[in-house]
Parts: sequence; C-alpha cells; structure tokens
Amino acid sequence: MVALGYWGALFIMLMMLNACAGSKHLSFLDPQGPVAEAQRSHFYWVLGILAVFVAVPIFLLLPFFVWRYRYGRKASRYTPRWENSRLLGIMSWVGPIAIVIVLAFFVWRDAHQLDPYRPLASEQSPLQVEVIGYDWKWLFIYPDQGIASIGTLALPVGRPVLLHLTSATVMQSFFIPALGSQIYAMGGMVTQLNLQATQPGASLGENTMYNGDGFHQQKFTARAMDPADFEVWVSKVRATGLPLDAQSLQIIAQPSTHRDLIAALPGARSMGGDVYFTGVSRSLFRTVVMATMDGKPMLPGSAFDRAGMVVPDSGTAGHFTPGQAR
Amino acid sequence: MNIAALFEHPLGRLEWSSLPFWQMLQDPTADNIINGCIATAAAALVVLGAIVLAVLLTRYRLWRPLWSDWLTSADHKKIGIMYIVIALVMLARALVEAVLMRTQQAVGLDGGFLSAEHFAQLFSTHGTIMIFFMAMPFLTGVINYVMPMQIGARDVSFPVLNSISLGLTAAGAALVMVSLVLGRFSTGGWFGFPPYTELDFSPGVGPDYWIWALSLAGLGSTLTGINVAVTIYKERAPGMKLMHMPMFTWTALCTALLMIFAMPPLTVATAQLALDRYLGFHFFTNDLGGNMMHFANLFWLFGHPEVYILILPAFGVFSETISTFSGKALFGYRSLVMATMAIAVLSFTVWLHHFFTMGQNANINAAFGIASMLIGIPTGVKIYDWMWTMFRGRIRLTVPMVYALGFIVLFVLGGMSGILLASPTIDYQVHNTVFLVAHFHNVAVPGVLFGMLSAYHFWFPKAFGFRLDERWGKVSALCWIFGFMGAFFPLYALGIMGLPRRSVAYTEARYVPLEWVAFGGALLILAALLALLWQLWVSIRNRDESRSFVGDPWAGRSLEWASSSPPPAYNFAVIPVVEGRDAFTTAKENGRAYLRPDMYADIELPKNSAMGPNIAVLGFALAFSLVWHIWWLVVLTLLAAIAGLIIRGFARDTTRIIPAQEVQREHQCWIDAVIHATAVCRADECQSANVGLALQAPDGGVP
Repeated sequence: MVALGYWGALFIMLMMLNACAGSKHLSFLDPQGPVAEAQRSHFYWVLGILAVFVAVPIFLLLPFFVWRYRYGRKASRYTPRWENSRLLGIMSWVGPIAIVIVLAFFVWRDAHQLDPYRPLASEQSPLQVEVIGYDWKWLFIYPDQGIASIGTLALPVGRPVLLHLTSATVMQSFFIPALGSQIYAMGGMVTQLNLQATQPGASLGENTMYNGDGFHQQKFTARAMDPADFEVWVSKVRATGLPLDAQSLQIIAQPSTHRDLIAALPGARSMGGDVYFTGVSRSLFRTVVMATMDGKPMLPGSAFDRAGMVVPDSGTAGHFTPGQAR
Repeated sequence: MNIAALFEHPLGRLEWSSLPFWQMLQDPTADNIINGCIATAAAALVVLGAIVLAVLLTRYRLWRPLWSDWLTSADHKKIGIMYIVIALVMLARALVEAVLMRTQQAVGLDGGFLSAEHFAQLFSTHGTIMIFFMAMPFLTGVINYVMPMQIGARDVSFPVLNSISLGLTAAGAALVMVSLVLGRFSTGGWFGFPPYTELDFSPGVGPDYWIWALSLAGLGSTLTGINVAVTIYKERAPGMKLMHMPMFTWTALCTALLMIFAMPPLTVATAQLALDRYLGFHFFTNDLGGNMMHFANLFWLFGHPEVYILILPAFGVFSETISTFSGKALFGYRSLVMATMAIAVLSFTVWLHHFFTMGQNANINAAFGIASMLIGIPTGVKIYDWMWTMFRGRIRLTVPMVYALGFIVLFVLGGMSGILLASPTIDYQVHNTVFLVAHFHNVAVPGVLFGMLSAYHFWFPKAFGFRLDERWGKVSALCWIFGFMGAFFPLYALGIMGLPRRSVAYTEARYVPLEWVAFGGALLILAALLALLWQLWVSIRNRDESRSFVGDPWAGRSLEWASSSPPPAYNFAVIPVVEGRDAFTTAKENGRAYLRPDMYADIELPKNSAMGPNIAVLGFALAFSLVWHIWWLVVLTLLAAIAGLIIRGFARDTTRIIPAQEVQREHQCWIDAVIHATAVCRADECQSANVGLALQAPDGGVP
C-alpha cells in the first residue's frame, strides 16, 4: 500500500510532465539538454538499484514476518532466546556495503562528469553569459554581444553556454531544471555553470533559495532557439533595448518583482514581459562583484562609475581573482 | 556609555506596531485584514491559554503543588514529563502552522490568502519549533524518564543541572511563543542563512528572536548531553557492563555525545551572527571580508549530527518496542551497538552534502556524497536486525508496534531518498526543492516522531500507572501513517517538477492536483493529533480499568519495569544487581523479580531547587530584552543569573533522606500488590485483567 502511494505519486508526476506538451519544460525527467539527460539516467540507475536491492526485500520480508509470526498464530516456530546468527549478522553488513560500493562508483564518476564547472565537450566555443542575482529577478548579461536581459535567458541550440554567476544581494540559487544543475550565486563571489540545449523550446528557470517576499516570483524562461533565431533575438534586443546605465541599474537593484520593475523602468513596458538592455559595459559584472564585496552594492551611480575606474576592463569573463567560490 | 543611556528607551524597540493587529488597523486592505486576523487569533490563543491556565491553577489551588512538586523538582522522572509536555504543546502549534501552509499552497496558484511575509514566518517557526522545541524536548524527556531507570540508577548525575537544562529549553520555547504576540519572527527559515538574516536585509526583530531562542535551547541541550553521558558512565547498577545496557540507553549515550560535540558549532554560529547584528561585526556579511559560506559550514557542522541526535533515540525506542512486542531478545545486539556508534561517528563527516551546490569541486562533493551513503550501511544493518528480531517471535500489534512497523516501511523510503540526495548529481537537481522537504520529513516524521509516539505509548503506563486507550491509539497511529503518506509523497513529485521549497504561491497549473493531495494528507495528520488528544482524555476517564500498578504491563525486558508504576521517587527500594542483558527478563525467569530484601537502608535524594525555574525566568527575560534592545533589563538579568549561579555554588544542604521505614512501607505495599495480582498472558495484554504482572515461561518465552 505504501509502495503503491509512493509510485502513484511519481506516476501522476510523469503524467503531468508529459500531458502538457507545449508549455514550459519543468523537470530533468523531461530533459532539454545533455546535462539534464545524463542526470536523468543517473537518477534512474540509482533509484533502480535502491528499489530492487533495498526496498523490495524489506517490503516482502516484513509483512511476511508480521503475518507469519503474529501472536495469534501459535503454530509458527517461536525462539524467544535466539538472538544471534553469524551468517545473518554478516549478511546484514555485507548486503548494504555491497550496495554502497556499487553506488559509490556511480557517484564518483558522475559527480566528476557532471561537475557544473566542467566545460561541455563541443566544437563550438561556449557562449558567455554573466548572471547577476537581484531581489527578485536575474539579470543576464551577454558580454560579447553587449546586451542584457531580464525575464528571458536566450540560448542557441547546440552551443555550450558558460555562465558566471554572482549576487548583488543575498545568497540565491540559479536553476533551470530541464537543462541541468543549480548553483548558488553569492555576493562578492563568482560561481560557474555549464549548460547546453539540444532542441528549441522554453524551460522553467528560477531561484530556489529563499530571499524575501518576492522569492516565488523570481522566475524566468530559458528559451532555446536555433542559432539563426538567436542572432535575430540579439539584434532585436540591440534595437529595442534600454541603455543599461547607472540609473536603470539603480532601479534594478531595488527589491522588486519583475512586474514592479517593468512599471518602474521607463520604456520597459513595450517589450512583451521581458526587459532588454543594450550598451552593456564589459566591466559591469566585475563591477557588481567588487562593489558588493566593498559593501556598496546599491549606491546610485557611484558603484558603477567608481568601480569601473578601479577595476581595469580585461574583457574576458571568468578570471576574477577576488572572491572566486573556487 | 553612561548608566543613563541604559534607560533612554525603557521599552527598547517595543512599539504599538509590534502588535499583530496594528498593521491591519493602520492599512486595512483585504490582504492585511486576512493575515492580521490569523496572526491576531494566534496571539490571542497564546494570551488566552496563559490566562486560562493561571485561572485554573488559582481556582484549584494548584500553584503550590505546581511549584513544589514539579517546577522545583530535581526528580529526573518529573523533569522528563515536563519536557514531554512542552514538546506536545509545541507540536500542536507547529502542526497547525503546517496545515495552514498546506492550505495556502493548495490554493496558491497565482495567489492564495497568506501574505509572503506571513508564510515565511510560518515556515521559519514551523521548522525551528519542530526541531528545537518539539523533537529535542520530546527525546530529552524520554531519555530523562527512561534511561536512569534502565541502568538501575536513582537519578541522573547532576539533578539540578537537569532542571536548569529544562528551564533553558522552556525559556526558548516561551520566546518563540511570545513572538506570536509581539513583533514578527524571522523569515529566514530554520537554518537562517546570512546574509539574508543580517541587518542589511532583515532589520527587524525576527532573526533576533530566532538567534536567542536557539541559543537558549542549544545551551540547554549541551548541558543535557553532559548530564546524560556522565550518568550512563557513572551511575549504572552494579554488574551492568556497557555491553549489558539496554539498546535505548546505548542510543541515549550516543545522542548525548553528539549533543556535547555538535551543539557548540551552533552556539558559535548564532553568536557570531548576533555579533554581526548587534555590534557591527562582519562575520557573514557580503562586504568587508564577511563570508556567508562560513555560516553554512558551521551551521551544518551542527545540523547534520543534529539529525542523528534526533533519530538515534528513536532507533533505541524501536529496538525496545520491537523486541518487547515480539516477545524475543533483540537480534544482533553487538551489531546494533556497533551500528549506532558508527552512525554517531560518521554523522560528523557528511555535513557538506547540505551545500553541494555552493561551487566546490567535484572531488570534495563526491567524497562527501560517498561518506553520506556510508551512513546507509549501519542504518540498513539496524533495519535487518529489527526484522530478524521479529523473525520467529510472537508479534503483538499494539500501538507502539504499529508505529514501529509504520516506521520501518516508511523509513526505508526516506532512507532511499536520502541516498538519492547524497549523490551530488541528483542533489544538483532536487536541492532546495520540495523533494528535499519530502525527504527530511520522510525521515523525521516516521523516524523521530513515530519513535517518540511509540515511546509515549510504551512508557506511559510506567509513568502514570495506567495504560493508554488501545483503540484510539490505533486510530491515531493509522492517521499519522496515512496522513504522512498523503502529505509528503506528492512533494517528492512536485520537487522533481521544479517547485522550490518555501514558495508561497506558484504560476504552474500542473502543481495543483498534487498540492491538493498533500493538503488532504495534512488534514489527516491534524486528525491524528486530535485522536491523540482524545485518546489521552478517554484513557484518563477510564483509568480504573487499565491500572497496572504492579508495573510490568508489556512483559518488559529491562529494569525500568522492575518497579511499581508509577515508580517511587527513588526508583528502586534496593538497587538491583545485574548479570547480563535483559536483566528483568532474566530475573523473572529465575523467580527473582519481586523479592523482599532482608533489610532496607536510608535513601539519599536531591532536594528541590528553585534554580531551574529561576534560570528559566532569567533566561527568558535576558533573551527577550536582547531581542527588543531593552538594555537595562539585559544588564539586570545577566547579573542576576550570574549571582544566582554563584550563590548556588555555596549551597551545601542539597540532599534529603528517605528513611528506611518509609522505603520499607512503600516497597511492602508494592510487593503485596504483586502477590495479589494475577499474572496474565499476552492475549489479555490490553484487558483490565492486566494489572502489570506478566506470565513468563522459563524458556524465555512470553506466553
């Protein structure tokens, strides 16, 4: 009965995941990229081993013992003093040890292969995206394109994406379940994540680490598109984006939900729910990391300008000495 | 700073706006009114509860007995019972909060009725209470009551310290209750990660309530750990070697050791956070060299052993109940002791799995992932040993056994999801989602809570001299088991569908059906709690039909059953001499269970002390004034507490003597009851014929 309830819940979930094709992809069990796909097969392997070698024997033996050796069944053998058996004792240890050894192999191999910092094998160089967590939205910067976006993370299908993440406020956790791992974004520090999409489609993106009243609204869409469409998207952002200057940065830094942000940013209302920026400085990400570490994350203008002076613009992401989480 | 500055704000930060209905009156929007009404009702319940309690105590002139028989008592049994009373009260509150959260999430598609801040307070208090003010007091209470009797001792090693530990826990619980009436609790969850809980982001009193409630509880638990460990090392009955100790005492020892070593990191972490918040330090801030990762490290260095502090005593309880109700010696005792110790040691080597997603490298994650899985080995051994204990036994499905069976089945699933989470690869996908919530409830509810409820039903007749009602007990147990399944199995699925924990609302319609199933489960759990309360009422009403003064209603195996129910203040008229395991079963087999000694001796017991309640009041006042920045009261209570401890240090007249005649009279009375009692077989276990004398076959069997 218990097992029925357990598998019932999982079954309903799988139905729900498949039933609504066309809406957003929610889960790594409905993978949209190589990382999530590998995570799914790892999940099924571990779950399968556990189900067969841990759950099934216990679920069969326990009810049998309770029935067979119930008080009312006096015919069953009763050995009140029997309290040890070398064979059973050894088996009780050897069984679990063997299972853990097998699992340890999977854990070790896949923890390395699916390390979020590990570059994905590909002939194309990864697309660089810098992610800044604010209360309660994510700012996605495309340093090589000079653009930025809130609400949509666009990715070209088939090309690896290398994300560098930080937070301009409290600890957050960046997560696109259908594409791959989640990773923390922390103030004054930079973490990394490698993802890739295999087919066009929209996936749920979110923050999973509670950070205040607007936490549950800190969602975005990870939109995987054909490379040509991606170029179109980039030009569209360039054409329609607002300048990401000190003033808009100050508005973004205020604790606000996506909707409040659109209301507060002049000119953001015409973008169909997303907010696009152009003219994004290459040093912006580094500036935010440094400013947060200096304790002046939200000062209007000054953080942007001052840190821009202090920190030379090296042009490439990913080589920050200060506050690398690793 | 001069003295006058202390009194500049005599009420500190307390203002009218600290009242739960203030915002609703100032800004009566629909949202504010709904949330204000719920908060005000909760606050009113606390205040009214306190008033009704005071009136009843006055009406029935119970203040004096309450003070002299209970609050100032240094008797481990009474302290144990008071711990459990706190646990049950706090369980009721936190469970109602849980039902409120499930209701909100069931209707949470694009909204719901609770404000985000209110919801955040609910999950923060729910977690904080369930861990620190429900589970911890419950297991501490059971250990306090049972362990000294199991080792044949008269009391713990430091009886007044025991009372002080209780006082500190009670003060912490009171602080959390007061947060319902004045101000708002933290919204940072039960582990309060900075920098969210730093002044920059949480300027209110919430995190301060959380910090000081945890500090009080943590200090109390550290002292309890020392007390329990020393008692087990030093106070065992003559002849009781370590390998003769009942399994529950072993788990109590391991838990005590974990408390001693795991609580200090928590105290340090909350103290550092307090320094950040009160004195402008930068331990965990974003800026000026602070590093939030250190908090995560320290907190989980406490937090992971903590879950084994909670679960080990439950394992001990199940070892006792499964062996007793299978009428059989515990299988693989040596193996179980080794497994318990292995878990205790390993529990300090896995804390990093709480933050696999923080960006450390794959070697570290894989190593800690495998270490986490290693804990599955001794846990698996335990499950098998319990099953082999049932094998070729005579299993009676009493209430404690129903909980034990529910535990084994559900805990296997909880353990499996734990192994899944121990793999960094899977953790990267389900961390911080409700999958995680489902997992830790799947080990905490069937594990810890069922264990404690099993213990409650098992040892209740020992403590109060009558058994709990079987029928309502089973109704409650089944509601717990099926309610648990309904409430938490859907969360596994929802977590895999990407729903983050702590979401007040969502926009994904596909979550709705499973949320409603979970809501139904939560209602069933609420029914379980009500059935539990009703059972207590029914049992008290019918207590004359279930009396078991003779003291051994379940054909018990260890020494706590070798005394009357309830036991005398000194537990045993004559300290038993032990020769092996299952000491009481052996005595019954040899016909030496109910002997009259040749002579009785005076017995020395600890005197009552007001130290415990004093520390409770001072600790509460100190924490409250720290929360609200009432500096004069901080200074005053701190000085008073220190002075009290110093004065106590000079007390010399700390024991009282029970004269030999009185011991003889009480023991005589009990032995007479034994002689007049009819021994019953287990078929009549739950009938009124069972007055606590069990038939025992010479071959060790329980007919």
